[in-house]
Amino acid sequence: MTTVDTSAIPVAGRGGASASRRAAPYLLAFVGAAWLVVLFLVPLISGLLVSLMTGNPEQGYALTWNWAIYRDVIAGGNVPYLLFLGRALFYGATATVLTIVIGYPMAYFIAFRVSQRWKTPLLSLVMISFLVSFVLRINMWKFLLGNDGPVISALHALPFVPADFHILGTSAAVIGTMTYNDLAFMVLPIYVALERIDPSLHEAARDLYGHRRSVFLRVTLPLSRAGIFSGILLVFIDCAGDPVNSQIMGGTGTTVIGQAIQTAYLTNQQYNVAAALSTILMVALGIILFAYARVFGTDNIEDLV
Amino acid sequence: MTGTERPSPALLRGLTQTRMSRRSVLRGAGAVGGAAAVSALLAACGIQGTSSSSSSGSKQIDWTSWWAKQKKAGVLDFANWPLYIDQDDNGNSASLAAFTKKTGIKVNYKEVIQANDSFYAKISPLLKNGQSIGYDLIVMTNGWELTELIDNGWVAQLDQSKIPNFKANADRTVLSPSYDPGAAHSMVWQTGFTGLAYNEKLTGGPITSFEDLLDPKFAGHIGMFSDTTELGSAALLALGVEPTQSTHADWKKAAAWLKKVQPGVVKFYDQGYTDALQNGDIWISQAWSGDIYQVQAGGHEEIKYVTPKEGQMMWHDNMLIPITAEHPLDALTWMDYYYQPAVAGVIEDYVNYVCPVPAAKEYILKTLDDPAVANSPLVFPSTSDLADSHEFYVYKDYDDYQTWNSTFNPIVQS
Repeated sequence: MTTVDTSAIPVAGRGGASASRRAAPYLLAFVGAAWLVVLFLVPLISGLLVSLMTGNPEQGYALTWNWAIYRDVIAGGNVPYLLFLGRALFYGATATVLTIVIGYPMAYFIAFRVSQRWKTPLLSLVMISFLVSFVLRINMWKFLLGNDGPVISALHALPFVPADFHILGTSAAVIGTMTYNDLAFMVLPIYVALERIDPSLHEAARDLYGHRRSVFLRVTLPLSRAGIFSGILLVFIDCAGDPVNSQIMGGTGTTVIGQAIQTAYLTNQQYNVAAALSTILMVALGIILFAYARVFGTDNIEDLV
Repeated sequence: MTGTERPSPALLRGLTQTRMSRRSVLRGAGAVGGAAAVSALLAACGIQGTSSSSSSGSKQIDWTSWWAKQKKAGVLDFANWPLYIDQDDNGNSASLAAFTKKTGIKVNYKEVIQANDSFYAKISPLLKNGQSIGYDLIVMTNGWELTELIDNGWVAQLDQSKIPNFKANADRTVLSPSYDPGAAHSMVWQTGFTGLAYNEKLTGGPITSFEDLLDPKFAGHIGMFSDTTELGSAALLALGVEPTQSTHADWKKAAAWLKKVQPGVVKFYDQGYTDALQNGDIWISQAWSGDIYQVQAGGHEEIKYVTPKEGQMMWHDNMLIPITAEHPLDALTWMDYYYQPAVAGVIEDYVNYVCPVPAAKEYILKTLDDPAVANSPLVFPSTSDLADSHEFYVYKDYDDYQTWNSTFNPIVQS
C-alpha cells in the first residue's frame, strides 16, 4: 500500500469548491451550447445570408440583401420548386404515417407482449438493417422491384395485373423505401415511451372497468405520445429533406426539393438558390412541427430526454 | 418510504430557482454566437469568385522555370474513377506495379471520383486557397468543371519537352482538343461515345435514330441522362445542329424537342441505366459506349449500342495536374508513360472505353491475344465512326453555362 498525504486535499478542495460549483452548470452547458452555436446556429445564419447574395461562381457572390430571390424561387423561373417542396412534404408525411401504422404495433408487441429475455434480440432485429449502408439497401429494393425482378414477375403471372404495371419510378416506390429505411427511427422512441409506462397504470385502468380499447386509447396512447412525437421528428424531417430515395427509386415525376437543392448547389453552383431552397425547406418544416407541437403538446417529450 | 425517496416540489423549486434555466442559458449563448457569426459574415460580405482569385496570377507563371524547379519525389497520388484501370481480383493493377518497378515512383491510387460536379465542389475551395488537394493527378471529363479548372489557372501547364510518348503515339483526335487547344494542360485518359443503347429483345428490332425516341410504341420505356450537357447535346444532334457551333436559339429548339420526348421517359439516369436495360425497366437509353461493351462482354448480347444516324457525342476524360500538386513531376512522368502502346494496351484491355493510343490495338491483338477487344469498334473506332462523332459545346463563361442549364434543367426536374 502506498501512503498518500491526504491532508492537503480538503484544504485545496474547499478553496475552489464554491467558485467551481457556481460555474459548474455553465461549464456543463458550455460544450452543448458551443456545439449548437457552431454546428447549428452559424450554419443557419450563414445559409440565410448566402441566400440573400447575388452573383455567380466566377465573379463571386456578394451580399446584396436580395430578398427577391425567395419570390423568384417560389413563383418565377421555369423549375417548379414549390411543387418539389410540396411533393417532399407529402412523401415525408405519408412515410411518417406509414411508419407509425407499422411501427407502433411492433413497439407495443416488444414492450408488452414478449418476455424480458426476448426484448433485446427483437430490438436488435429492428436495428439490424442499419448494419448495411442505406444506399445499398435502396439499391437492393431497386433490384427486387425491377420490371424483371422477382416481385413484378410474380405479379404479372396474376390475371388481374395490367401488362404495364410497374413499381420503380413511381411515388409509391419512393415512399415505400422511405418507410422501410426509417422504420426503426419510429419503433425505438415509441418502444422507449411504452416501456416506461408503469404496468400498475394498466391494472388500475382495468380495475376501473376500462375496456381493452379504452385502456389503450385513454392510458397507453396518451402516455406514449412523447415517443410518437420523437419518432415523427426523426422520420418526417429525415424523409422530407432526403434526395437519395427519390434519386434511386423515383422516375421522371418524383423530383423532390432535396434533389433540387443538390442540383442547384453541385451542378449549377447557384449557391444563393441552393441556400434559399434549404431555408424554405427548413422554415416549412419548422412551421409544421411548431403547429404540431401546439396542437398536440410537447409536455412529456422531456420524459424521453 | 415514499416520502423520503422524493423531495417535495417546494424544496426542488427552492433549489433550482436561482439558477438560470437551461433554456435561457442557451438563448444567451445563442444570441452571442449568432451576433458573432453575423458580424463575421457581414465583414466577409460574400463568397469570393473564382476568376478574381488566381487566374490573373497564374497567367504570369513562367512554366519553364516552374517545371525546372520540380524534382522527382518517388510518390504519386493519383485520383481516378472507379474501375478505370486494369485490376486483378485483389484490386492490384499490373500497369501501376510495372510503372513503380521501372521508375521507382510509388503510386497511391485512389478511386475517389464519382462525378465531375461533386468532385469539383470538393477540390475547388482548396485550389482557390492555393492548398493541396492531396492528389498529384486527377481525371476529369471535358465540360464546365474542366473549363473552369483551366480558366482559373488551377491546373499546371504541361512541360512539352517531357512528353515524347504523347507526341509520338497519341491519336490525332486527342492531340489538340477543342476544350484545351494544343493539349496544353491535359492528356486524354479515355475517350467515350454517347449514343443510344437498346434491348433488342424488347424493342423487337433495331434502333437507328434519335427519332425512334418519339415512336409511341416505345413511350414509357425510354431512359435519358440527367446530365444536362449530355441531354442537351443529344437533342442538338437530333435536330442536326453541330453542338460546338450551337447558339442559344438552338438550345431552346433542342429543349422543345426534348419536351416532346419527355412524356415517354421513365427516368433520367446518372448511373444504373445498364441494369435498367438488362432488367427491362427501360428498352432504349442514352448510353456510354464503354458501359455497353462491358454489358455485352458480361453475356448480355441482346443489349446493343448504336451510333444514331444523326451522330453521337464524343467525350474525353483527361489527366490533369492540380497546380498545388506536391509531386507534379511524378504525375507528368506517369502521364507520358501511359502513352506507350504496351501500357495503354494493358489498361485498355480491362477498361474497354476508347483508347487514345491507336498503336495499342496491335499490342492487344498480338501480345495480349484478345481480338474481341482489339477488333471492337467501341474500343478502336473506325474513321467513319469518328466522323460521326461530335465534341461538346465549350462554355464561354458561367452565364453561358447557366443559360444552358436553365434551358435543359426543367426537362430533367419536373
